[in-house]
Amino acid sequence: MTTNSALAIEATGLVKAFGDTTAVDGIDLAVRRGSVYGMLGPNGAGKTTTIRMLATLIRPDAGTALVLGHDIVKASDEVRGAVSLTGQLASVDEDLTGRENLILIGRLLGLKRQAAKTRATELLEAFGLSDAGGKLVKNYSGGMRRRLDIAASIVVTPELMFLDEPTTGLDPRSRNQVWGIIRALVAGGTTILLCTQYLEEADQLADGIAVIDHGRVIAEGTPSQLKASVGSGALRVRLLDPEQRPLAEQVLDREFGDIILEPDPAALSASCSDADRAAKAIAELARSGVRIANFSLSQPSLDEVFLALTGHPAEEVPSDDPVEEEQPT
Amino acid sequence: MSQIPTTKRAPAATDADETAVRKAIASTSRPPRANALSTAITFGWRGMLKVKHVPEQLLDVTITPVMFVLMFTYLFGGAIAGSTGAYLDYILPGILVMSVLFVTVYSGVALNTDLTKGVVDRFRSLPIWRSSPLVGSLLGDSVRYVLAGTVIISVGVIMGYRPGAGVPGAVSALGLVVVFAFGLSWVFTTLGLLLRSPNAVMNAGFMGIFPVTFLSNVFVDPTTLPPILEGFVNVNPVSTLATASRGLMEGNAEAGDIVIVLAVAAALTLVFAPLTTRLYRRG
Repeated sequence: MTTNSALAIEATGLVKAFGDTTAVDGIDLAVRRGSVYGMLGPNGAGKTTTIRMLATLIRPDAGTALVLGHDIVKASDEVRGAVSLTGQLASVDEDLTGRENLILIGRLLGLKRQAAKTRATELLEAFGLSDAGGKLVKNYSGGMRRRLDIAASIVVTPELMFLDEPTTGLDPRSRNQVWGIIRALVAGGTTILLCTQYLEEADQLADGIAVIDHGRVIAEGTPSQLKASVGSGALRVRLLDPEQRPLAEQVLDREFGDIILEPDPAALSASCSDADRAAKAIAELARSGVRIANFSLSQPSLDEVFLALTGHPAEEVPSDDPVEEEQPT
Repeated sequence: MSQIPTTKRAPAATDADETAVRKAIASTSRPPRANALSTAITFGWRGMLKVKHVPEQLLDVTITPVMFVLMFTYLFGGAIAGSTGAYLDYILPGILVMSVLFVTVYSGVALNTDLTKGVVDRFRSLPIWRSSPLVGSLLGDSVRYVLAGTVIISVGVIMGYRPGAGVPGAVSALGLVVVFAFGLSWVFTTLGLLLRSPNAVMNAGFMGIFPVTFLSNVFVDPTTLPPILEGFVNVNPVSTLATASRGLMEGNAEAGDIVIVLAVAAALTLVFAPLTTRLYRRG
């Protein structure tokens, strides 16, 4: 039954179409046990559909997949027994309280009443939701909802967890919290398949990344391989005084070349992915008397990854079936 | 003065604590799977919690029947049955049937509402009997049927209604109505899975349930109706149900009527429960 025990997910040629739209068009995946695997792609690329197939919510039209050694079609019940899903639309019941949600899942997974209650308390505490435990989930903030959602997924610790865009729509602080939780899960030995639209997120968390476009894997590798293939990020500087921009341009030009003057009359940027060089350039600017309002060193965006890999920017595919396709929460 | 080293992401008191999360993950082993009955009951409990948190949804469906009892009794009672008291004896078991059957539409609406939320995905991904969310919510709904029915009977008693068979009569009539409602609600859950929005389910549901309840002997004796209408009213299972509940209330129910009611409920369940389940699993 188990063909390769080192793999948590082994998918070959998965295909799923909704009407005329082929959402997933022959996806292969090999995810090692204990790793975090990122699926990176724009809205409508087929990430959610792939996850829904692997979590046995929908059947593939073609192809096969083993999840933890179980066939997703023939042994779907065994698959459900070992995985948990945190969907993109928060998979918690808005009309119940946070605590009730966790007790509900605990009871459904076979915990006795008292054990389910104890577990709910423990998880609310661990996820910083103790105070909100008695409130209805519809009154939660996006970040709290996400944390509850993940807590609900680990009421009984799964061997494999599907996380569908866990930080989409969250503020940076909540996003950092969710990342921290994901790291803790991984440290505990859970394998994670993570869907995301953000290269930075995949870079922060994943050991391996597959870039998905139009239902196909168009590139695969480690985050650093991927970034190397994409090229550099950008150092962006915003000045206090727009009058100083020509001076700043001169200084930066000595460091980098290729300076871009942005539409904002006080901003300019240079292509750069090395933090040390960026720091040096900022120091140079300060020494030359350029007053800086702020600066940032950003990684290539998903758009740039796509541009580099496919020659076209990441486009959102309009979906025919709103239930089956990705929607921003 | 030496500084205390701090981590980059210093969590405030209300944040997730990674150490605690780690501990929480390490502390569980997988319990034996919950059996079908227990998961269904858990989903029933979920339905009850919703009634607790959103009691308005129960008000909606009980106020209309209460208004009907009051209006029909005092407005038409004298004209139809000679006196309000006599009409109340006739209409109350009928209104009981009507009000509980109205609530069944909401089973379909609730299911449709559920489907638009992500939580159904989680239920579908759990290692549980796949029909348990459906069976469970209908079990929970049955409790709502009992509540709605109790409200109507209480209003009747306040207005002077005294069932001939006393409390056992009222309880058995309510029981029969709830069993029938359980069967009928599968029709609306099927509808709930086929239609696009909760509103569409509501409209379609009431479009069906209104004629079926009004074109019955709930309000008037069918012998006063034109022949074609009388024919329909007499074969309408809602009429049989109303007759049977009147009989149970008065202690002179005919076994035949009860058998027909149970058979119709069973038939509805046999046809529409598998249909609902198939549609639900299909996703």
